[in-house]
Amino acid sequence: MNSFLATVRRDLLLAMRRKSEVLTAVFFFVIVTSLFPLGIGPEPALLRKIAPGILWVAALLATLLGLPRLFAADHVDGTLEQMALSPSPLGLLVAGKILAHWLLCGLPLVLLAPVLGVQFDLDASALGILMLALLLGTPLLSLIGAIGAALTLGVRGGGVLLALLVLPLYIPALIFGAGAVEAHIAGLGAGGHLSLLAAMLALAVFFAPWATTAALRVALE
Amino acid sequence: MLNVSDLACSRGERRLFANVGFSLAPGEWLHVQGENGAGKTSLMRLLVGLSPADAGTILWRNEPTPSAEFRRDMIYLGHHAAVKEDLTPLENLRLAAALDGIELDEHASMAALIRLGLRGREELPVRVLSAGQKRRVLLARLLTRPAVLWVLDEAFNALDVSAVKLLGELIGEHLAVGGMAVLTSHQPLPVPGGKALML
Amino acid sequence: MRQSIIQWFKFGSPQSFYPLAGRMIPWFWAAAIAFGIAGLWISFFVAPTDAQQGEGYRIIFVHVPASWMSMFLYLIMAFWAGLGLALNTRVSGMMAQAIAPTGALMALLSLWTGALWGKPMWGAWWVWDARLTSELILFFLYLGFMALQAAIDDPRRADKAGAILALVGVVNIPIIYFSVKWWNTLHQGSTINMNKAPSMAHTMLWGMLLMALCFWMYSIAVALTRVRAIILERERHTEWVKHAVA
Repeated sequence: MNSFLATVRRDLLLAMRRKSEVLTAVFFFVIVTSLFPLGIGPEPALLRKIAPGILWVAALLATLLGLPRLFAADHVDGTLEQMALSPSPLGLLVAGKILAHWLLCGLPLVLLAPVLGVQFDLDASALGILMLALLLGTPLLSLIGAIGAALTLGVRGGGVLLALLVLPLYIPALIFGAGAVEAHIAGLGAGGHLSLLAAMLALAVFFAPWATTAALRVALE
Repeated sequence: MLNVSDLACSRGERRLFANVGFSLAPGEWLHVQGENGAGKTSLMRLLVGLSPADAGTILWRNEPTPSAEFRRDMIYLGHHAAVKEDLTPLENLRLAAALDGIELDEHASMAALIRLGLRGREELPVRVLSAGQKRRVLLARLLTRPAVLWVLDEAFNALDVSAVKLLGELIGEHLAVGGMAVLTSHQPLPVPGGKALML
Repeated sequence: MRQSIIQWFKFGSPQSFYPLAGRMIPWFWAAAIAFGIAGLWISFFVAPTDAQQGEGYRIIFVHVPASWMSMFLYLIMAFWAGLGLALNTRVSGMMAQAIAPTGALMALLSLWTGALWGKPMWGAWWVWDARLTSELILFFLYLGFMALQAAIDDPRRADKAGAILALVGVVNIPIIYFSVKWWNTLHQGSTINMNKAPSMAHTMLWGMLLMALCFWMYSIAVALTRVRAIILERERHTEWVKHAVA
């Protein structure tokens, strides 16, 4: 467990030394969501309707933006090799890296979402549901994305390939995440959507680090 | 302790080596020699368990590798720098130890860095150090990570005369207390004794 | 027991599999043609004209078997991939690689015929029907698998990476399917549902089954042909391939 926390600490420390890389994904999220009202028109009823979908798709793409870096730097400088040979289980270290990735790329999106939701004329309770859905959904995106990042590590055209591999797998998170907010706005209650998101997150927490570890071992061969 | 038999490896369509075998007992070391492309690095990577062998067995304490025990007992330093450029030597050393599940206090890390001649560099980012100094940061791990088997791939590259001598001393001390080492190098090594393996 | 299973798969080495596959291919082609003729005959001449949908409904004799095949083939591909990962056998990875393009073709065929069917039935080439949407996502999964394998130069690594992706896909396909289905019912209610074709006559079911068998045989024949090509390509430096080709 100590090595897990040490990995989180290490990746956070590294990110603090290179702040610009973290901020890029956050700015991307802000800019993309702000473009839609400009492209579609400022009509509040329409914006309210499309808000959950747009915020979620933007969150998906912002997460994707940071994924290629998840293992690439450690792969290039050889520290990933050292992790694979460490006495600590690689799965634990990988889980730590994924948590750090979420803290850097996912959590800022959750915290920013209400500010952006206001642009789309969402009321306070809908904003609360949006945050809750993102809180459950963005770790799921990081976990699934890590598998794709490990599979495409050091591969030609890795970034585009990563999107092709990962985006179809993101669809359930998108459907239930955006669906939660839509259902709440429609007065149907978001409980079902949120529990399904939580269930998928629980499944991914167990399955994704394992698959990521297997993919990393293949990439290091 | 370490028994390797009938190891074979190919890269793509080319067979690099076959029927490689050797064994090491405490206090012994092996010098792996061969031309460029003979498969020295491939052998090292098979040995530590990064890539699978086509054939053959590697036993550590009579158990097939890679076992948890083997990971604990072994340290591998390869071609890569394996240090983070944005961190200081001190941070690198302590975080690497923490990742391995080892608690390393500042005093011990400083002692290791001083032994490797990095006094006064411990708070600079590794980015500004020279290639040889980066290598020394990595080699400091040999002192902070307790391991029985050292697997060092071209560890003498990029080192100046004094560092080559120092690393030779470190390996000598390690062998004297019952450690083992597998080294690759083109040049003669400043370590007495040792078995040789020609690829 | 485990040892003997491993032995059995080791025996299925590329060298012994290559001629075996070569002998089987003509039989599968013959079966595909026979089932195809029977199936098409039933679907065009025996099956009655549908009261509501007219003659246009006959496209389901291609559409439904193609959809079935696209899903089966993904499972089979994942099975071979997983086998290759677990037992480290070489032919397994090649089989997975050989099946993927046929699976993608079936998914594409299903989408294409779905669109052709949709135009006269619903007046639109594309509707966000749950099954069509899932099929589209399945098509993307096939494309991802093929793109990943094509991007990795070392065939051994390509096999293993592809295998992990295929297994992740297998776990995800049911989740994707049910989420899309739920999304569909929430957004469209019961307006369109391909599922509820008017009560299926016996002859229609027979036609579909025969066509499905035809597609099975075709897929096996094509996959075996492709796996032979992959074997030759990967083993081109070995003596036996030089003899086989010479």
